[in-house]
Amino acid sequence: MFLLKTRNSLPGFNLALGYTVFYLSLIVLIPLSLLFFKTSTMGWAAFSEVIFSHRTMAAYRLSFGTAFVASCINVVFGFLIAWVLARYKFPGKRLVDAFIDLPFALPTAVAGIALTALYSSNGWVGQYLYKMGIQSAYSTLGITLALIFIGLPFIVRTIEPILQDLDPELEEAAASLGAGRWLTFTKVIFPVILPSLLTGFSLAFARCIGEYGSVVFIAGNMPGKTEIAPLLIITKLEQYDYTGATAIAVVMLLVSFLLLAFTNFLQWYTAKRIGMN
Amino acid sequence: MKRTLAGLTLGIFVVSSLLGTHSVWAKQVTLLNVSYDPTRELYEDYNKAFALYWKGKTGDDVVVNQSHGGSGKQARSVIDGLDADVVTLALAYDIDNIAEKGKLLPKNWQSLLPNNSTPYTSTIVFLVRKGNPKNIKDWDDLVKPGVSVITPNPKTSGGARWNYLAAWGYAAKKFNGDEVKIKEFISALYKNVPVLDSGARGSTITFVERKIGDVAISWENEAYLAVNELGKGELEIVVPSISILAEPPVAVVDRVAERHGTQKVASEYLKFLYSDIGQEIAAKNYYRPRSEAVAKKYADKLKPVHLFTIDQFGGWQEAQKKHFADKGTFDQIYGN
Repeated sequence: MFLLKTRNSLPGFNLALGYTVFYLSLIVLIPLSLLFFKTSTMGWAAFSEVIFSHRTMAAYRLSFGTAFVASCINVVFGFLIAWVLARYKFPGKRLVDAFIDLPFALPTAVAGIALTALYSSNGWVGQYLYKMGIQSAYSTLGITLALIFIGLPFIVRTIEPILQDLDPELEEAAASLGAGRWLTFTKVIFPVILPSLLTGFSLAFARCIGEYGSVVFIAGNMPGKTEIAPLLIITKLEQYDYTGATAIAVVMLLVSFLLLAFTNFLQWYTAKRIGMN
Repeated sequence: MKRTLAGLTLGIFVVSSLLGTHSVWAKQVTLLNVSYDPTRELYEDYNKAFALYWKGKTGDDVVVNQSHGGSGKQARSVIDGLDADVVTLALAYDIDNIAEKGKLLPKNWQSLLPNNSTPYTSTIVFLVRKGNPKNIKDWDDLVKPGVSVITPNPKTSGGARWNYLAAWGYAAKKFNGDEVKIKEFISALYKNVPVLDSGARGSTITFVERKIGDVAISWENEAYLAVNELGKGELEIVVPSISILAEPPVAVVDRVAERHGTQKVASEYLKFLYSDIGQEIAAKNYYRPRSEAVAKKYADKLKPVHLFTIDQFGGWQEAQKKHFADKGTFDQIYGN
C-alpha cells in the first residue's frame, strides 16, 4: 500500500486543494457572483427590458459575430504561422517569434489607435482599400480587423508546441505507406492538432468578446450598427445605471460560458477519439 | 561644567527647533484634484501658480496631484473611493451624483462658491478645415445633406452632452419650441455623423488626424488646442450665432478633505481660481474667465457669443433624464 502512494513535489493534497479553492474564490468566483447579485436586485421585468432591447441585441450579435469570424480567420492563419515557426529554420525566426507576442504586450488602446491610423481612409492601407470601395475603418470590418490582431497570439501559442512535438517520422511513415500530402494532412496531422486548435480558438474567442480598448477606436460606435456590447456596458455605467450594466455583463458571461463549455466538450471528444485510435 | 554646558546647548537646540518648526521646516500638503480630460494643460499651469501663492501666504509647500479622464468615469471613481480633495468636472450632473450616491459633499455644493461654483466657462464652437470649404457658418449648415459632422457620443462623453444641448437650444429658438421640428433637426444633424467617438479627445483625433468629417463640434478650449497644436495651419474655428454656456463646476469633496485635514487649503485652492491670477491662467488656456476685466483683455480670442444656459433645460438633472437617459431623445434618434 505504502508503495502505491504517489509522491508529488508539492506537499499535501488537502493543502493544495484548499489553497486552489480559496484563491479561485477570491480572484474569480466572488467578483463574478457579485455580478449576479447586483443583477438580481433589478427584477425580471427590468432585466428582460435591458437585455432584449433592440439595441442590446444588435450589440450582442455584433460582439459575438465579429469575435467568431475573427477567431475563425485566426485559426487558419495562426495555424500557418505556427507551422512555419515549428517546422522551418530561417534567418530572423527568433524575431518573428517575438512579434507574435506583441498583441499580448501592447496596451489595447495603442493597438486600436495604430490600427485606426492604418486602416482609415487616409491611412497607409486604408487609402487603397477605400478606393476599392472597402470601408476598412469605422465598420464591422474594422472591428474584425482589431479582433484578429488581439486574438492571433492565442492561436499560435497553443498550436506551436503541439506541432513541435509532432514527430516528422509520422509523416514519413504516412508517405511510405502511399499517402499523398492531402491525405497525410487530413488523416495524420490535423487530428492530432485539432484539440489544441479548438483550445486556441476558444481562448481567442473569449478574449475577443470582451475586448473594449482597441475596438472603440476603430468601431465608429454607431448605435445598432457598430456598437459593441462592452461599449454598451460603459454607456450604462456612465448613466450610473450599475444594474443595467451588470445585466448585459451577466448575459455575455452566460453565453460565453456556454460557448466555452461547448468547445471544451468538442476538444475532449476529439482528444478521446484520437486516444482510442 | 563641560557637561552642563553641553546639556544646555542641546536643550536650547531642542526647544528652539520645537518652537521653530513652523518657520524653519515648512509643512508639505498634498491635494488630489480629480478633473476631466481637456483641463490637463490648465491645471498644470494653475497648480504652479497656486503653490507659489500658498507658499507666500502660509509658508507651506503644496503639491497638487492631478487625475484626468472622462468626466463621468472620474465621478464614479470618486464615489467608489478615489481620495479626491477637490473635483473639477465637466458638468454639474457628475458632481450631483457624487453628492447623492457617494454622500461625500452637501447637496447644495453648487451654491458654496460664486457663479454656480464655476470659476471659468466655455462654450461650444465648430472646428472646420482650412478655408472652410463647405462654407459652414451656423448650426443650419450642419444638417445639410453631404456635410459630415464629428461629435462624440453623448451617452459616454460629458462634452458631447454640451454639444447636443447647444444644437437643441439653437433648434428650440429657431422653431419656437416646436418639439417635433426640433427632433427632426437633431435627427438630421446626427444622420450626418459618421463616427461617434466615446470621448471628446477621441473625436478631435478623428477629425484632425484621421481627417474624417467637414466639421467637428467641440469645446472652445479643445478647438483652440487643436488649431494651435494638433493641426497647425490646417484648421479654423467658426463661432455659431448662438451657443450654450458650458459651466464646468468645481467643488471641495468635504468628507475626503475632512479625513485628510485639508479643508482649508482645498477651499483656498478653488477660491484662488476666482482671483485675477487664476482667471488669467484660465483665459490663457482658452477658458472664458468670469472676471470682466480679464475677459476684456482676451476678447479678441474668446469672442463674445450669444449664449444660453443649462437652466433653459431645467438644470442638469432634468436635461439628463429627458435627453440622455435610456429612451431619452438621443436614443429616439437611433430608433429605440
